[in-house]
Amino acid sequence: MARITAGVATSHIPAVGAAIDLGKTHEPYWQPVFAGYEFSKRWIAERKPDVVVLVYNDHASAFSLELIPTFALGCAESFAPADEGWGPRPVPVVEGHPELAWHIAQSTILDEFDMTMVNRMDVDHGLTVPLSLMFGQPDAWPCKVIPLAVNVVQYPPPTGNRCWKLGRAIRKAVESFDTRLNVMVWGTGGMSHQLQGPRAGLINREFDTRFLDRLTTDPEGLARLPHLEYVREAGSEGIELVMWLIMRGALAANAREIYRFYHVPASNTAVGHIIFENPQ
Amino acid sequence: MPQSYTDAFKDIPGTVVFDATQSRLGYHLNMFCMSLMKAENRTAFKADERAYLMRFPMTDAQREAVQARDYNRMIELGGNIYFLAKIGATDGFSFQNLAAKMTGMPEDQYKAMMIAGGRPAHGNRSKSDPDR
Repeated sequence: MARITAGVATSHIPAVGAAIDLGKTHEPYWQPVFAGYEFSKRWIAERKPDVVVLVYNDHASAFSLELIPTFALGCAESFAPADEGWGPRPVPVVEGHPELAWHIAQSTILDEFDMTMVNRMDVDHGLTVPLSLMFGQPDAWPCKVIPLAVNVVQYPPPTGNRCWKLGRAIRKAVESFDTRLNVMVWGTGGMSHQLQGPRAGLINREFDTRFLDRLTTDPEGLARLPHLEYVREAGSEGIELVMWLIMRGALAANAREIYRFYHVPASNTAVGHIIFENPQ
Repeated sequence: MPQSYTDAFKDIPGTVVFDATQSRLGYHLNMFCMSLMKAENRTAFKADERAYLMRFPMTDAQREAVQARDYNRMIELGGNIYFLAKIGATDGFSFQNLAAKMTGMPEDQYKAMMIAGGRPAHGNRSKSDPDR
């Protein structure tokens, strides 16, 4: 049977991808950011996931305002890096796992989640930056990836509680898949940041720390945090943090926090990163 | 009557939430931005901004805000930052440059604020915050 072994959450800042692609990771500004992922790279090289269900949001790359799915599950064989206006990132094509993806779609829809299935979707920095942070710059990504794009651009995004429950439904789906697979679920985006208007540049270390603490110890309570509090406390783009609850919901209640990293700033954003392992 | 879901966000200073009203206002403005994902459209836009903008059924106020690169005004008129960022990319500016513009700070000053830990939440949570 397939099993969810671990969860990872990380920011997916585009400037971090650019720093990797342009070979700037050792510059004094960037060095502390990448140092925070050294443990994670060693850890994932040992843990070797077969498949990552990667929760992220599209930033007006694959989806414009013509079509705005709340939860879009990538069921294709592969996903090309998107051209976000300055050419696609020089990273490998993302290989999917259609069989597991379709199984998750069926299982979650029968569990009353109205998923959108996607057979063609370019993936932007929201998905590829976390892969680069965890795996570096390989010629091919070392695992299959099932993209799960969540709308956090057009209001209302899904509630934290809906995300938490979807995580639980994904866990049930994976555990009923009749092939031996080591599956991880990643949640991406955040932490506090605001990219628009006169309040741009907002960072809230206290909120972020509390969010990380509660993600470990009280995720179900954290899931009830209203959208208003995310925007007020963590900035308009801090709303991306609801996606971390999908990851946490997919793990056991007693999953163990094994690593945490926090750094301000990367460009306009607070970098947050946390790893959980499920009990054996 | 209790405050509506969308009205509650209006208490947050310097912030426009991209709700149904903004999305309807800004549909054509945002779809213009989306067109800048293609190199040939970026070239056409740069060659004659006004003529290119006339291809989209936007309001004159929206066209003027684009030509003035007034990002706060574009947001007010329904623009969403992830779409508007494509104008900045077409102009060859980093996102941090756009962010600085929207705050009215010189870019180096904005960058220094971020390195020093960013804009604090204290005093910036509510329009009625006494420490604003």
